[in-house]
Amino acid sequence: MTLMTKPGVEPLRVEPEAIEEAAKLLYIRACKILPDDIKAGFARLDGAETDATAKTILATMIENIGVAERMDNLLCQDTGIPIFNVLIGRNVQVDGWSLKEAIARGTARATREHPLRSSVVHPITRRNEHTSCGERVPVVNIDFTDAERELRIEMIPKGSGSENGSFLQMLIPADGVAAVKRFVVDRVIQAGGKVCPPTIVGVGVGGTSDLCMHLAKIAATRPLGTRCADAEGAKLEAELSEAVNALGIGPQGLGGDSTAFAVHVETAATHITMNPVAVNIQCHSARRASATFTPEGIRIGF
Amino acid sequence: MTHHVLPMPITEDQVRALRIGDTVTLEETLYGIRDATQIHMFDHGRRTKFDLRGHAVIHTAPNLRKVERSGTNHSGYEPVCIGTTTSDRMERFTRPLMEREGVRIIIGKGGLRDGSLEAFRDLGGAYLAVVGGAAALETTWIEAVEDVDLDDLNPESLYKFRIKGFGPLLVAMDAHGGSLYATVNAEAARRRQAVLEKLGAA
Repeated sequence: MTLMTKPGVEPLRVEPEAIEEAAKLLYIRACKILPDDIKAGFARLDGAETDATAKTILATMIENIGVAERMDNLLCQDTGIPIFNVLIGRNVQVDGWSLKEAIARGTARATREHPLRSSVVHPITRRNEHTSCGERVPVVNIDFTDAERELRIEMIPKGSGSENGSFLQMLIPADGVAAVKRFVVDRVIQAGGKVCPPTIVGVGVGGTSDLCMHLAKIAATRPLGTRCADAEGAKLEAELSEAVNALGIGPQGLGGDSTAFAVHVETAATHITMNPVAVNIQCHSARRASATFTPEGIRIGF
Repeated sequence: MTHHVLPMPITEDQVRALRIGDTVTLEETLYGIRDATQIHMFDHGRRTKFDLRGHAVIHTAPNLRKVERSGTNHSGYEPVCIGTTTSDRMERFTRPLMEREGVRIIIGKGGLRDGSLEAFRDLGGAYLAVVGGAAALETTWIEAVEDVDLDDLNPESLYKFRIKGFGPLLVAMDAHGGSLYATVNAEAARRRQAVLEKLGAA
């Protein structure tokens, strides 16, 4: 057996109790405080909007952000499906099973102790356990980063109105990128006001069917102002952002210029016979919260 | 564009006076209703103790805190955060909600479809748009959760809210065949071709 840690460097150890507390705090915080990039996105849309009804609706949304912060209340009634992205850096020691259990306990405690509406039910019986938990929920995505002695937990309460705006199509190579673009435009038209615009339209291009859908979710929940790492994906983002905002759907689907804050694209290599595209939409209440554990302590942010 | 202040319940004439583009503020009483509530009411034949005739319902499922029942609070709940949800999922319940229960106004986000528009025209009803995702603000328009029914469905129970200045809400579908959503959707369909051409994807 080889050593699990670098010799002479004490690994970062994060106790399950700390994970549980963080999970609870992040779920509540995410529901109450919108990230700065989303607030800036609202200011940008409001400044450029030309439709009177749309301006009124954007003003109400901006007012709501202030009311939630002043009254320490939830931005939206939908507490969503809780998603936790766990990013494990290098030289971090964590018991994976305990971590998952701790996240579920923190989620259940936030739900009972705040209290939050439990929006999670059994898919067939529709029974609600009033814990925001159930089989495979919270959704926990685990990935690894090169950050030295750092464990990062990102929390996303994913609202259902926009999550119902999820679409996958296994296009084929002969359809080309034109069909990818057409798919995105047509799904945005189909979603209309149901997904609570202005939205972030997340688009996955490539991969397998499940990876493609996951890419769309990553894209939909990425901070505004970030760009796709792939140059072709970034080009697509710019084109599609302009395109969907030319449709006139507007805030809440009641008309206007502000249909989406942005279209975000994430890409993955795919098979020679495949050309998959997925859309996952994030509503205007684009909520996120994060906790970063380092040897210096815990940083709470977005 | 007219602003209407409506103490609930209202008459058929009052709802037929609403036109798309008008704004409305509701007073006194509002009922909260949702997917499971209506699935149980109309698919499983359950009946409510509430008289919904002439009333408004909002598509919602609130965040609530359990409290002792006392005075005018018969529900045992107080509001934490109450907003709205996407109406489209509940499209097929509009007509039975109006025919069987006598509901006059539906409040929600994202709009309803042609079947609801026909029901509003035939029976006298309207759809009022409230801003989705603005629940912290909308909670300040709700004074109390006065009563609750079908509470085994919590949080998708049938709630009776006492409201004060609930609005302004936008009349988005009226009893005269008017729908702001239909107008916007038709416009988006009209613009689609030019948008695709610019993308080189027509």
